[in-house]
Amino acid sequence: MTLLGYRLPGMSSLIIWGLLWEVVGQSGLTFFIPPLSEVVATLFSVIGTDAFQKALAETAYAFCVGVLSAICIGIPTGILMGKNRLADELLLPWVNVFLSAPLTALVPVLMVLFGFGMRAIIITTTLFAIWIIILNARAGVKQINRSLVDMARSFGASPVDAFFKVYLWAALPEILGGIRIGIIRAVKGVIIGQLLISIVGFGALFELYAANFLMGHFWAVLIVLFALAFTISEILAYLERRVSYYAAKR
Amino acid sequence: MPQTSAAETSAVAEGDTTFEIAVSTRNISKNFGDVEALNDLSLEFPLGQLTSLLGPSGCGKTTLLKIIAGLLEPTSGEVEVNGQKVTGPGPDRAFVFQDFALLPWASVIRNVAFGLELRGVARSEREAVAESYIKQVGLAGFEHAYPHELSGGMRQRVGLARALAVDAEVLLMDEPFSAVDEQTRRKFQEDLLGLVQDQKKTFIFVTHSIEEAVYVSDQVAILLPRPSRVSEIIRPSSFRGKGVDNIRRDSEYLDIVDEIWASLRRYVE
Ligand SMILES: Nc1ncnc2c1ncn2[C@@H]1O[C@H](COP(=O)(O)OP(=O)(O)O)[C@@H](O)[C@H]1O
Ligand SMILES: [Mg+2]
Repeated sequence: MTLLGYRLPGMSSLIIWGLLWEVVGQSGLTFFIPPLSEVVATLFSVIGTDAFQKALAETAYAFCVGVLSAICIGIPTGILMGKNRLADELLLPWVNVFLSAPLTALVPVLMVLFGFGMRAIIITTTLFAIWIIILNARAGVKQINRSLVDMARSFGASPVDAFFKVYLWAALPEILGGIRIGIIRAVKGVIIGQLLISIVGFGALFELYAANFLMGHFWAVLIVLFALAFTISEILAYLERRVSYYAAKR
Repeated sequence: MPQTSAAETSAVAEGDTTFEIAVSTRNISKNFGDVEALNDLSLEFPLGQLTSLLGPSGCGKTTLLKIIAGLLEPTSGEVEVNGQKVTGPGPDRAFVFQDFALLPWASVIRNVAFGLELRGVARSEREAVAESYIKQVGLAGFEHAYPHELSGGMRQRVGLARALAVDAEVLLMDEPFSAVDEQTRRKFQEDLLGLVQDQKKTFIFVTHSIEEAVYVSDQVAILLPRPSRVSEIIRPSSFRGKGVDNIRRDSEYLDIVDEIWASLRRYVE
């Protein structure tokens, strides 16, 4: 974007939207939108509170465990599907169904199955992340150069060696791409899980703010979450660009 | 080794010379669904010599080589290496791939040592072996380069060093020079002659180039298109000792090239 001939830095348009928010907030149009300045002030006070830090810690825990399980289960499953016809035919329809399914609708079922707590949230997170990780690992294995597979076999690679020394590395760019999208989905999963279950983490916090009409707090926490999700996605995109340099050279 | 005695018994007499046979394929047939790639193909590969499989593309050369490597199972027939029946890949055979098949994420030295790595040889030991073969194929100084930093010819040298490093008795080479430029290819062909002389190994060399086959081979097996069988075996005799520079001008060399072309031309539209 340029203004009066000057190039403005990347996110300058946010300033305009921020100003608009401030004006609407100051005009007192609706209690739902307090002025941005008030929200920002609240943000800094909220971040220090125990309630917020507890919510953040719980969310981070659910997120990390959920993502790790999605990765640890998803990658081997995807590689197996890429290598084994039978496994592929058995699993692929399910993976595709779950990939496009509105998983939010499953959360109530998960609550019934796994209780109204951390466990259900972790599983929700995993379910959001895992399918794309499986599909990408599968695609990565499928594109492996046939002669690389022959090479490993002809030099006597055991199946375990072939997995860790050839398949995993050859499929790495696709696998990492899958992990990146999976993590972005997991951010959604962990928040949606918490909101629906609303007993732990930010779900509980939102519940508290909404019940007490603390709109400034509500927006402040929302901004923090958006910023966190955006930062995670940008970091992953950066890492992936570095890997795709190598992928292009394969 | 018990298999050597078995190998000695299966020797062929050719004129007044007798060769010990390192690899023999007996009545190999291979079908891919409806496609009959090889039909009842029998061929013997003398120990310590280079045998070319020459034929037009699609005639089953790669298929035969992979069957010998144990990477493919024949539909019927069997392969023996040193008198032992082949049931799968084994340490007595090493493969050089047409498209090099290098690990793109591994350095030259790790690629060359990869066969030894898979055999569980300790790192320092296998890297010492790899280093000496890297030197031998003329890549000294590139040990820590990555495949994408090398030219096609250099990559194939890595593939060759990897195959040499496992010290297999039989080297299977699938059109190893077809993806490198003409000058490099000529240099490779000369080097290959030296290699066959130095190493006491049996080379099975697939090519679709008549000149290349005649230039490098002790024995050329001409395969005809599908279903493939051996139509002719030619053993160039007189020019092998005349030095790499003189072969391409030798009259026997030129005659054999012409003769092979005459028998293959009717299969080329
Ligand atoms: N995996 C396969 N599935 C089906 N057909 C194959 C397969 N591999 C080779 N063929 C067929 O077998 C024939 C011989 O192939 P190939 O051995 O690669 O020939 P060449 O190496 O002499 O060019 C070809 O017609 C090819 O299409
Ligand atoms: Mg071929």
